[in-house]
Amino acid sequence: MVKIIVLIKQVPDIEKVRFDVEAGRIDRTSAPAEINPFDLNALEAAVQIKEKLGGYVLALSMGPPMASSSLRDAISRGADEALLLEDRIFAGADTWATSYTLAGAIKKIGAYDIILCGEKTVDGDTGQVGAEVAEHLNIPHVYYVSKIVDVTEKSIVVISEMDDASYTIESTFPTLVSFTKDVNKPRLPTLKDKLRAMKSEVKVWHASDLEGFIDMKNVGYVGSPTNVHKVIIPQGRYREGKIFKNINEGLAGVLGALKDKRLI
Amino acid sequence: MRGEKIHPISFELLSKGREIAEKTDGEVCTVVLGDRVERNVCLEFIHYGADKVFFFNSPLFSQPNVLNFKHNLVRLIKEEEPDIILIGATHFGKTLAPRVAAALKTGLTADCIDLQLDEKCDLVQIRPAFTGNILAHIKTRTKPVMSTIRYKVMNAGMRDLGRKGEIIEKHAEAPKDRGVNFIGRESSKKLNIADAEIIVSGGRGLGSAEGFKLLKELADLLGGVVGSSRTPVDEGWISKEHQVGFSGNTVKPRLYIACGISGSSQHLAGMKDSGMIIAINTDPSAPIFKVADYGIVGDLYQTIPLLIKEIKAQKEGKN
Repeated sequence: MVKIIVLIKQVPDIEKVRFDVEAGRIDRTSAPAEINPFDLNALEAAVQIKEKLGGYVLALSMGPPMASSSLRDAISRGADEALLLEDRIFAGADTWATSYTLAGAIKKIGAYDIILCGEKTVDGDTGQVGAEVAEHLNIPHVYYVSKIVDVTEKSIVVISEMDDASYTIESTFPTLVSFTKDVNKPRLPTLKDKLRAMKSEVKVWHASDLEGFIDMKNVGYVGSPTNVHKVIIPQGRYREGKIFKNINEGLAGVLGALKDKRLI
Repeated sequence: MRGEKIHPISFELLSKGREIAEKTDGEVCTVVLGDRVERNVCLEFIHYGADKVFFFNSPLFSQPNVLNFKHNLVRLIKEEEPDIILIGATHFGKTLAPRVAAALKTGLTADCIDLQLDEKCDLVQIRPAFTGNILAHIKTRTKPVMSTIRYKVMNAGMRDLGRKGEIIEKHAEAPKDRGVNFIGRESSKKLNIADAEIIVSGGRGLGSAEGFKLLKELADLLGGVVGSSRTPVDEGWISKEHQVGFSGNTVKPRLYIACGISGSSQHLAGMKDSGMIIAINTDPSAPIFKVADYGIVGDLYQTIPLLIKEIKAQKEGKN
């Protein structure tokens, strides 16, 4: 029996999302929302651990009410239960305030062995929340895990990619692990799984539910030590943009450019 | 630093730190946490711009054990009360920094590509987000301001053997927190694609592992290395260390040739700052052409052999 918590974030589909260059704004309505792709690997790892040892997988997220659709998706992919931390005062949180709030909820949940997450998200792209959650909970963490070597009811042995080397590390429970995409191939939910998930309930905790576990001045925008002052949508550097539909002309163009730049 | 080698990013951070210190009349300190580190290493940091070097020498730092590093770094930060802390955005830096920031109840900005001082002398941290599609300007209202900085976005300063500074030896302390045991280590990357000047990359359009032989021939001819988008790695056509993109390596070579790569945001995030980009793809609407300097709409198996032949002819002509 292993009690597993998977941290999930709902993000826009990054291949479809559009950016308003003039206003420096992300048009979130331009793309469907989905589970952060890196989190799918964490969820798959959780389900595999459960299949091996028995146990229980809780998908935990903080976000707006619409994030419950991603949590339902997590249920269809094998989570037993889903919990959404949703409150207007949680909005605008940076990684510190987000991890503080998640850790507060995990303290209230109480019993867990291992917390799993993706190495980063495709929107915020910081990779900080996992390690900050671990620090708030005063438990160890292992990052950039590309392989689970072994897992028992007491500990997990993993390969962690650290720059120029891979380390084999054993971490005793409770612990937090973040995964790279190499760890597994997330399975696709069947139609039956999806139907079951549609009927399942996503539990919601508001700020008031976390009273005694979090200090309200540490959450959301107000509790965030960092603020975004400006967003710029870079146009990218100037490109020649010479696209040839005729191969011979293309070759001539490419060779000329390579010679000009002394690359050949 | 950790282990026996200094990561070159340390000198890049040091030079940025020096620049900020000059503008604010501050001082720059380097923290060295290592095992059996020579004192000369500390001297090197002074030559590159540090005023003080805090030096921890202990077997506690022989492995990348985050809890040991965090404990001693947090102790030192509480004693010294710096205004700004810069950490390299290496895997280890990104594992350590959030733990330190959470412990200090301070803000941390990830993967900065630039740091500027605004008119109020506040530090503005500039970082890409949304898979490299936006640049956010971030300010921190707590002290110390903490940032992780990407490798190779800042320049290392000049070595000045005449510079003077202070080396302060610190006693390392073992934390009570445990729970992580290091069992083994294996040097992983034989290829360091992030440092390559010329990269010839292949994608789904290659169709099989065989296709990389052709790319290798072109790469060898140009004095470069072979890269890959995500699909070939997923399909097992080539190993992970070749992967360029958001979930692989970020590269900035002088020349990037994308063959049979459509150009997902995922891939573009890893290579769009390359010097010259050449794309070869059968689909004229492929997004890769939007970032390309030169594009050939055509079959790579037809185009690349011709390109190889032409380059060989050029080289022979020169000799």
